[in-house]
Amino acid sequence: MITLTLKDQPPVPLEAEMLCPDAIAGLTSEEVRALPVHLGKRRRRVDDFFTVEGEPGDHLEIRGDVSRVKWIGREMTRGRITIHGDAGMHLGAYMKGGAIDVTGNASDWIGAEMSGGRIRIGGNAGGQVGAAYRGSRSGMTDGTILIEGTAGLEVGMRMKRGLIAVGGVVRDFAGLQMKGGTIVMRSGAEIRTGAWMVRGTIVSLKPIALLPTFSYASTYNPTFLRIYARHLAALGFALPFENRDGAYQRYTGDASIPGKGEILVWEPHTSLPAAAARG
Amino acid sequence: MLRITGGKVYDPANGVDGVVKDICIADGRIVDQAEGGRPIDATGMIVLPGGVDVHTHVAGGALNFARGLVPENQRAARKFLHTPELRSGLGGMTPTTFATGYLYAGMGWTTVNEAAVPILSARHTHEELHDIPIVDKTSLVLMGNNEFVLDLLEAGDAERAQHIVAWLIWAAKAYGVKAVNPGGVAAWKWGKDAKTLSEPIEGYSRVTPAMMISNLAQIVDALGLPHPLHLHCNNLGVPGNVDTTIETTNVLEGRRAHLAHLQFHAYGGEDWSTMRSESARLAEHFNRQKNLTADAGAVLFGDAVTITADGPWQHLLHELTGRKWGNLDVENETGCGIVPYVYKDRNLVNAVQWAVGLELLLLIDDPWRIFLTTDHPNGGCFWRYPEIIRLLMDVEFRKAEVKKLPAKAQERIVLGDLDRQYTLSEIVIITSAGPARSLGLTQKGHLGVGADADVAIYPEKPDDGLLFTYPRYVIKGGQIVVEEGEVRAVTEGREFIVHPECDETIEEYLRPLFEKVYTISFENYPVDLERLRRPEVRATGARR
Repeated sequence: MITLTLKDQPPVPLEAEMLCPDAIAGLTSEEVRALPVHLGKRRRRVDDFFTVEGEPGDHLEIRGDVSRVKWIGREMTRGRITIHGDAGMHLGAYMKGGAIDVTGNASDWIGAEMSGGRIRIGGNAGGQVGAAYRGSRSGMTDGTILIEGTAGLEVGMRMKRGLIAVGGVVRDFAGLQMKGGTIVMRSGAEIRTGAWMVRGTIVSLKPIALLPTFSYASTYNPTFLRIYARHLAALGFALPFENRDGAYQRYTGDASIPGKGEILVWEPHTSLPAAAARG
Repeated sequence: MLRITGGKVYDPANGVDGVVKDICIADGRIVDQAEGGRPIDATGMIVLPGGVDVHTHVAGGALNFARGLVPENQRAARKFLHTPELRSGLGGMTPTTFATGYLYAGMGWTTVNEAAVPILSARHTHEELHDIPIVDKTSLVLMGNNEFVLDLLEAGDAERAQHIVAWLIWAAKAYGVKAVNPGGVAAWKWGKDAKTLSEPIEGYSRVTPAMMISNLAQIVDALGLPHPLHLHCNNLGVPGNVDTTIETTNVLEGRRAHLAHLQFHAYGGEDWSTMRSESARLAEHFNRQKNLTADAGAVLFGDAVTITADGPWQHLLHELTGRKWGNLDVENETGCGIVPYVYKDRNLVNAVQWAVGLELLLLIDDPWRIFLTTDHPNGGCFWRYPEIIRLLMDVEFRKAEVKKLPAKAQERIVLGDLDRQYTLSEIVIITSAGPARSLGLTQKGHLGVGADADVAIYPEKPDDGLLFTYPRYVIKGGQIVVEEGEVRAVTEGREFIVHPECDETIEEYLRPLFEKVYTISFENYPVDLERLRRPEVRATGARR
């Protein structure tokens, strides 16, 4: 394991896509120190900003508040990155494999257009989680993103496959133009969830405001959610699915596209009757 | 001074076909003899006049709009990093200005014709053209839907229309006249199109697309412009449009014209499910019409961005594909639409389009009248020309590619039956000598004494990659700009423009009209000559 500890906050965001197991494994410690990072238009070295300890390998540990360090783990295919602190924008963007763990908060565009691997954020995340970059036709195409805290705008925008699970409240436009995949929201979301969604599944464990272009279809417990629940349980994320506990109301939309997506809203047996929650 | 020795020279304009001879260069031109010049050993290489692109879209408001509309393409594009010699930039579907020059020169092309400039964005276009290094440039001004001209033809005042056209050419500092879907773009402002040539244009009671076409062709001839009317026919891209294309050539009644991207105008069938190639019929007709030249507008499978003044067509394309769509209205002059597009080899329509471009290049028998283009970036990017050249020169490869198409598509094309292979000399004609002649650029497209010293030197048998992909040397205006396929020196290109004669009192007619209908002041409309950094005014005069 190699450990990089941030010395001082960079005056402007630092671009550091070399902080990635693919780039570091196989290098000597000295070579890692000399890897290029970009401060604005200027090319600098890793050790201008980080103290480097340990031997390079498949596990990269970063310590300190790197919320102004962008592109960590970009296009990574294997290995592990652990960040003890906050992470900056574009964390794990385009990643294909491996795992990233952040103990603190993360910024926008984490896991954007990723196609595999796992990202776990201990705190809150910014917007555009697993999203498509501007203009692109699809966002994440596989992989898993877990966020213990809240998440920002446009979570899973244009995602095509894969899983995003958020513990805290999700802000507006979750699943915007979603084409497939699954978003699980344990604490519900603000407004315009699933706007323009074509396909895919959004699961909310709390009642949410729905667009008028989503219509109620049925109340049931989908079988596939048992499999998801098992997968998420292994990652430490509980998802109810038992008939004895409650059921999901299924809404389809977005009819303005027209789309065939679904929003599943959990209704525990102890709460109000379904019709009231639909409001 | 330079002396290129030992290379096989292909200079079809001067009847030189693969002869080993020296080419001498002094003061930016080809000369008979040059004493003590730097020798360039071209042994084992072919020496050709630099390429000339007769129809491309590389600068201006529409292209810039497209760059902004497709950031996903820009991210995937080839990157040009800043070096002491080169500016940074991006390649891809819609290359940035500096990269455009590097890419053209890096392939051996030294002159390009920007084929669609609205007068209102001419100033911007010239700024961008200036920022395209190395290559020389010409530009064509959009006139097929200009409302001053339409109004005058409606009133039967063709003479005044001619003065207006001449005035507008100089106002735009253009080199020639382009007409896009004549009448159709004006009709688009009413949500309509011009589907037939003989019915009055929407918003008018008398003037028809046919009148617009024949009058513009006549005006271009009367003004003695070096390049004939550059015509994007009506009904582009639509099944069955070959009838419109043939009707257009008949409307011209023998006048000169250049038909742009002919591939998009050579389809049969009634709808998308029955669309088929009509290139055989069109080529047979075209072969008899000696007044015409055309460029292929060939399509290559893969990503493209469609950019055209043909607003109604772009709306249809957006509806067909569901892809994003940009639409611009250019006041009283023209319109513009942008839709990103992917040509897929499994798609019936795309397969037919791919074949038609190649069929026209093979079936039109006179290479001096059909030129290599992809209508960049509409049918594919200009930097993919070497792929088309291979398809033209290697019949076995081409037939193997045809066999990969869906069986249903193979029934609707004739490409599989064509055995013609282009010779290297013919390739030089369709990529350089022919377009230079059609543009009336007498000092381009050949290596005779007095010609501009624009020379491309390629390995005759490249070790890897395609012929024309990596020039060993490119010389532009007597300077070596590319070595080993890499841009080594960056020069500034010139801009060729024309100043046709017009009645200067036409401004008295134009000014009050203009002030009534335009959003800018009349004084700000024409582009000042001083705006162009290296202009060269070419002669105009009476013709035939």
